[in-house]
Amino acid sequence: MSARDEMLARIRRARGDASEGPPVPGSYRVAGEHAPGSDAVVAQLVDRLEDYRATVVRAGGDDVAIGAAVAAALAGRGIHEVVHAPGVPDAWVRGVHVARSDDGTASARDLDAVPAVVTGSVAAVSETGTIALDGGPLCGRRALSLVPDTHVCVVRVQDVVQTVPEGLGRLDPTRPTTLISGPSATSDIELSRVEGVHGPRTLVVVLAG
Amino acid sequence: MSTFLGMPQGRVPGPAADTAVGQLTGDRPFPAAARDALGNTQLRRNLAHATSTIRAKRAAVVGEVPDWEALREAGSAIKADTMARLPELLEQLEANVTARGGTVHWARDAAEANRIVLDLVRATGENEVVKVKSMATQEIGLNEALEGAGITAHETDLAELIVQLGHDKPSHILVPAIHRGRSEIREIFAREMPGVDPGLTDEPAVLAAAARTHLREVFLRAKVAVSGANFGVAETGTLTVVESEGNGRMCLTLPETLITVMGIEKVVPTWRDLEVFLQLLPRSSTGERMNPYTSSWAGVTPGDGPQEFHLVLLDNGRTRALADDLGRTALHCIRCSACLNVCPVYERTGGHAYGSVYPGPIGAVLTPFLTGITGGSDPNDSLPYASSLCGACYDVCPVKINIPDLLVELRAEHTEAHAARHRLPTSEAAAMKAAAWVMADPKRFARVGRAATRGRHGIRQGKPVLPLPPPLSGWTASRDVPSPPAETFRDWWARTRGDRP
Repeated sequence: MSARDEMLARIRRARGDASEGPPVPGSYRVAGEHAPGSDAVVAQLVDRLEDYRATVVRAGGDDVAIGAAVAAALAGRGIHEVVHAPGVPDAWVRGVHVARSDDGTASARDLDAVPAVVTGSVAAVSETGTIALDGGPLCGRRALSLVPDTHVCVVRVQDVVQTVPEGLGRLDPTRPTTLISGPSATSDIELSRVEGVHGPRTLVVVLAG
Repeated sequence: MSTFLGMPQGRVPGPAADTAVGQLTGDRPFPAAARDALGNTQLRRNLAHATSTIRAKRAAVVGEVPDWEALREAGSAIKADTMARLPELLEQLEANVTARGGTVHWARDAAEANRIVLDLVRATGENEVVKVKSMATQEIGLNEALEGAGITAHETDLAELIVQLGHDKPSHILVPAIHRGRSEIREIFAREMPGVDPGLTDEPAVLAAAARTHLREVFLRAKVAVSGANFGVAETGTLTVVESEGNGRMCLTLPETLITVMGIEKVVPTWRDLEVFLQLLPRSSTGERMNPYTSSWAGVTPGDGPQEFHLVLLDNGRTRALADDLGRTALHCIRCSACLNVCPVYERTGGHAYGSVYPGPIGAVLTPFLTGITGGSDPNDSLPYASSLCGACYDVCPVKINIPDLLVELRAEHTEAHAARHRLPTSEAAAMKAAAWVMADPKRFARVGRAATRGRHGIRQGKPVLPLPPPLSGWTASRDVPSPPAETFRDWWARTRGDRP
């Protein structure tokens, strides 16, 4: 008998007759009390992100205003070269001296030589300070938002929801998805949180709209 | 094979995990290992500091969730439903992973899982792998199996790196180096990390930066990664890894080949189920509203991440636990480690005393359910007694595993297994039998009670005046003896209210 058949047979013997579990109570909150994109959820998202030591910059909703915020955030850090997700509008990176669109050919080593990356995002959850990237054109492939040491991530106000269920409901589980809640961190030394390990040590969130 | 007390008719437990492979058993029973740990003041200081820090953080972030209890109920019910539908869900997971370009392997035990992973790594022609922290691969002893075949396994989680560089063993599910203080970690890095800055200080930020520099080159060149999985979604074939540092993202994203080892109990029915667990897990484990990074992927995505993906589904004693009503609930565990951090026993002994990679309250039940209770001299037989049954673990468990009930059942199972294997009963069993005989008859009980009052002359300040012979001395060695009163309750009642029966 193959390992597969034997394991399935073992599981069926161990499970017994009842092949249905108890009903799952749906009494937890799915939607929050605040509407997506409302002032309340945006304020909460800012609070949570700053608690994680991310930098939050507010910008207008148009591409030019976003581009100005991106350029200012990078210049303030002495960064003049970025790579960006292929679907990022040109206007978002127009103010950066060298901006290359990722065509998927750069190796991890190539990306390691670039100081910063600019991406969009597809959803954000205010209660947990979480931003979702789905590997689509606006967010780029996963390596892109991982290897450079500074990640500038544009979050549109209308994509901000209050709760985790609302946020996950906006995602496609078959896509390669990354949920980001602040810069990389560790609690491995005496359970004290330290920001900045292997992922981007600096996370700048441009909150647009 | 012993039968479980809680095993309903018609259920057949799968085989126990082989304790000779992997890290499910220590070499000494818990009391002996705990005694050494208790004598280590540095260890106790480190543990007290770390567990009190995390307890406070957890309490604060759990307190701000208005529907926490509803989430626990839902988490518990989803897991119960999963266990009831386990074969169908695993077949569905397999079909969806395969449809999206992954390959699914089935491993009956640790040795088979190690062999599968080793063959897959060999097929790539590589001689090193990067690893994301994973309990399943520690359980099966994968690193040792790979090293035995000449393949270097780089642990990339900071705490796992501290353990690996220190030639040490993990002592906590979430923070395997919790037993180390910052100055000890600095010593280990200074001694073992190639090319480390000699001016290294013991600031956590400096130590984390040293780990970043050390591992960056390894990440950039690695061709093969091995991970575990926190969740596997049956309806979509999506695997999820929850982490903090970004080492997980590096391993899951940069290499060409990804091999994920997942216990069969980690499957969940639907993507929506994650909306419950992604709220419960981070707040319970690191005490954060959300962990920094959660990665999900389904099979292979062209142009993004590893182009070869293998999922190894592991039994290794899980079908043994599944047959038992209570043992099954031990499989609900999402490895948050909240129960370790609140346990008065864990806080004093640390994780090494438990012998298994699963320490603390959940380890004291999960390990014996996986490996079996022998009734003989197996160190895991002692684990169900590594508890005061205070119940703090049950209160904090995000999926409401009733650990105290499981401990009591396992103690009963151990008593039965011991009786079945030994002609002479234990002294405890003999005492219980004698007590049952005394209590079976009211006159007999009154007589024995009166006789016991005379025993008070032999006890001073909780200690017997004359040393007791074994086995009684074993009991009094670490406990005070209650002094019997001068008068029994029955005599007192008769004397003061004899006229009012």
